[in-house]
Amino acid sequence: MGQRFAIGIGGAAGQGVATPGDIFAKIFSRRGLHLNAYNAYQSIIRGGHTFLTIRTGPEKVTNMGDRLDLLIPLNQDAMDRHLGLLTDGAACLYNSDTISPGIAAQGVQLCPLPVSKLADVTRNKVAQNTLAVGAGLSMMGIGFQALEQVLTEQFKKKGEAVVSENITIARAGYDYASANFKPFAWPLPMTANRYAVMSGNIAMAMGGAAAGVKFYCAYPMSPSTGVLHWMASHARKAGIMVRQVEDEIGVVNMAIGAAHAGVRSMCATSGGGFALMSEGLGLSAMMETPVVVIDCQRAGPSTGVPTKTEQGDLWQMLGAGFGDYPRAIAAPLDIGDCFKIIPEIFNIADRFQCPGIVLCDLLLSEGRLSVDPKDLDFGAVIDRGELITDASSASGANGDGAYKRYKITESGISPRAIPGVPGHTHTAASDEHDEDGVLISDEFTNPAKRRAMMEKRMRKVTGIEAAVPPPVLWGTGDADVTLIGWGSTKGVIEEACEILTEQGISANQLQVRWLVPLHGDAILDSLKHARRTIIVENNYSGQFARYLRSETSFVPDGYIRKYDGEPFMPHHIVEAVKEQLGGKSRLSVPAHEIMV
Amino acid sequence: MATALAATNHVAMADLKGKVDPDWCPGCGDFGVLAAVQKALVELQIPNHNVVTISGIGCSSNFPGFINTYGMHTLHGRALAVATGVKLANHELTVLVTGGDGDGFGIGGNHFVHSMRRNVDLLYIVMDNQIYGLTTGQTSPTSRLGMKTKSMPFGSIEAPVNPISLALAAGATFVARGFSAEQKHLTELIKQGIQHKGFSFLDVFSPCVTYNHDNTYQWFRPRVKKLEDETGYDASDWMGAMGKSLLWDEEIPIGKFFERTDVPTLHGAEPVLNEGPLVHADTRIPGEVTRPFIEELM
Repeated sequence: MGQRFAIGIGGAAGQGVATPGDIFAKIFSRRGLHLNAYNAYQSIIRGGHTFLTIRTGPEKVTNMGDRLDLLIPLNQDAMDRHLGLLTDGAACLYNSDTISPGIAAQGVQLCPLPVSKLADVTRNKVAQNTLAVGAGLSMMGIGFQALEQVLTEQFKKKGEAVVSENITIARAGYDYASANFKPFAWPLPMTANRYAVMSGNIAMAMGGAAAGVKFYCAYPMSPSTGVLHWMASHARKAGIMVRQVEDEIGVVNMAIGAAHAGVRSMCATSGGGFALMSEGLGLSAMMETPVVVIDCQRAGPSTGVPTKTEQGDLWQMLGAGFGDYPRAIAAPLDIGDCFKIIPEIFNIADRFQCPGIVLCDLLLSEGRLSVDPKDLDFGAVIDRGELITDASSASGANGDGAYKRYKITESGISPRAIPGVPGHTHTAASDEHDEDGVLISDEFTNPAKRRAMMEKRMRKVTGIEAAVPPPVLWGTGDADVTLIGWGSTKGVIEEACEILTEQGISANQLQVRWLVPLHGDAILDSLKHARRTIIVENNYSGQFARYLRSETSFVPDGYIRKYDGEPFMPHHIVEAVKEQLGGKSRLSVPAHEIMV
Repeated sequence: MATALAATNHVAMADLKGKVDPDWCPGCGDFGVLAAVQKALVELQIPNHNVVTISGIGCSSNFPGFINTYGMHTLHGRALAVATGVKLANHELTVLVTGGDGDGFGIGGNHFVHSMRRNVDLLYIVMDNQIYGLTTGQTSPTSRLGMKTKSMPFGSIEAPVNPISLALAAGATFVARGFSAEQKHLTELIKQGIQHKGFSFLDVFSPCVTYNHDNTYQWFRPRVKKLEDETGYDASDWMGAMGKSLLWDEEIPIGKFFERTDVPTLHGAEPVLNEGPLVHADTRIPGEVTRPFIEELM
């Protein structure tokens, strides 16, 4: 496994945890290093405790990892919570004017910064943060110019004086560390690569722009709000109409209206907002108007823990809206995939005229990852399916001059005319209807027609299955243990497999990206030689395990679950696997050691 | 204008006839509203493929099926949200929203208020019969105090909503009331509402002959008084309109209460639409626009 370096910055909300994090991230990515950042925070604007972990290295960094190399506590509370978790070779940089260290483990370097001696703290309230950034970079073996450039960009808008004041403070920290602290054993290298550092929310918003989304609307809800923020700030350049709506019921219906009029339309929310949208999802299915809804899962039920992650909405997605209807549900595997998945699911939704659901979670939505700009493809394939946009359009012309919006076809797909096209007027209805769009719900109930329409819509399921690839087993074919996960746990399971293999337990991974269609037969096939299977997921009841069982009758040998609001760390999975291989348990629930 | 268009693409009443005939009860007020909408579209000569009629759920919400335009029969209470999406995606379409008092003022109350403050450019016609019809006669948000229904058999103890005052307060830029039995007057209000640039709210007394035995044609006829017949009534005076909106019982004003034309529409206020309707926009964003989106993250 490649070399990695992790920094933890902790403090109260409002103390400026984010800025040093952004500075480190920018410097690492510009050195051609990969990085992953995760911010454990609370639903509070000022106060409390937030803890940002940034992990970097020349090879892919897929998760926050197990070990911290550098701790920067911005207050006593952060020191008290985290110092004890540092191990040999790590260092802790702190303001010795206001913070006293506790007892550190052997080999941990305590690095006190005499902040008031190094900077004028009456002028600059975040001087300790800037000093620590300078000191940290010195210990990592990174030249000062990199920091100087980032600080110049960061404070450019505030004027020359602010820029030079910050550079002076950073320089003081840098020089102080060079003179007084031991540098890290492994100086951070440099590569020729360059990465974009982005959150999953930004990735999904940009993915929407790449997919040709012209209408985006939302009601603010953590952790999905970042999608709205990117959309709103880039809307005018990208030519996207962005609206903030009165509630999520309005959101989904407005999105459906825009989609019906002919544009690609998207919205994002979290579990609570999604619950309000579920009737609208059925409307999309019944009128056969495609819409894409992103659900950024947070710990539930109800308001739950708004700032914490979970994979607890799967069954809500599977059952959203009453009645049977075709839908597609995809869970992005990492932040880069958050971009890629949006054009893909839009093509499915458009071709099959049904709702598409993106099942993301806080870990990806608000986490950050270095992404190769080549993977952000604004030329992704756009397939609008059988859409009639002008009267002479060959696609879907019936020949006999009588347009039937819900024409019964073998594929179940009926060519869709948008309002404004002469000769194709019809009513799209939430009530059951016949091929012509005439209601067969009130006066004209008709069991034969109802059956034909149900079967027409449901035939689309076969097409959706054929359009989506089944998951494949990653890693060695013949492994001691096969770890099964879905969505955002991809990176951490991958690293756990590497660690297990290093420790003599061969491990491979089956990571599910498309929840619907599931491809149960292909999953069974890829698991038939597995010696021991364990399903890993971020929820209490094993929602995916239960779903897989209901679809395939498959029962794994064991389960690893976590529902404390924090994501898995690699050692949680490694230790649980060993525990299960030792026959101690079939269900492991790792404890999160960091109090955040 | 109508004669000039007639030579090429004349819109006639027959063009607007729906695929099926209305299944409303004989005598229902909604027949009058349907006829008035069709007449208005003929008089304005708007081609039916450029009109989208959008409704929620209820007796009157079956409306889109009975008229030959593009139609959407959506969810209970959600027509205005859907209609906002339609208008923003293609603002060249004429958007009509039709529904009942329960749909609009009850379950859809939130969207009603917010659509008005946004000044979405559409005509919202509420066929107000002061009762829930399709669910066989329960109290509605406009049922009068004391009215006995299946859901409030001892009489309603809740004050009704006043749709006209509510619309004025929420910022609707065109507020009017019609009566289904006053065809010519109603047709005129619909025409004005379609032509008004902004949110046009038209509350129409549309008696339910089956479940509402209080607010009947006979009850309304002697009470309704046209504002247009009143000398000196100034529909640009918001305070005056608010005052008129409070009249009930002895004398109930119908007609145009209020109109202002100085408020930008939602689609007009959004620069993203300067280049034309979204539906005609290129799905690809040019590379020179997307490149900075990535560069700012590096």
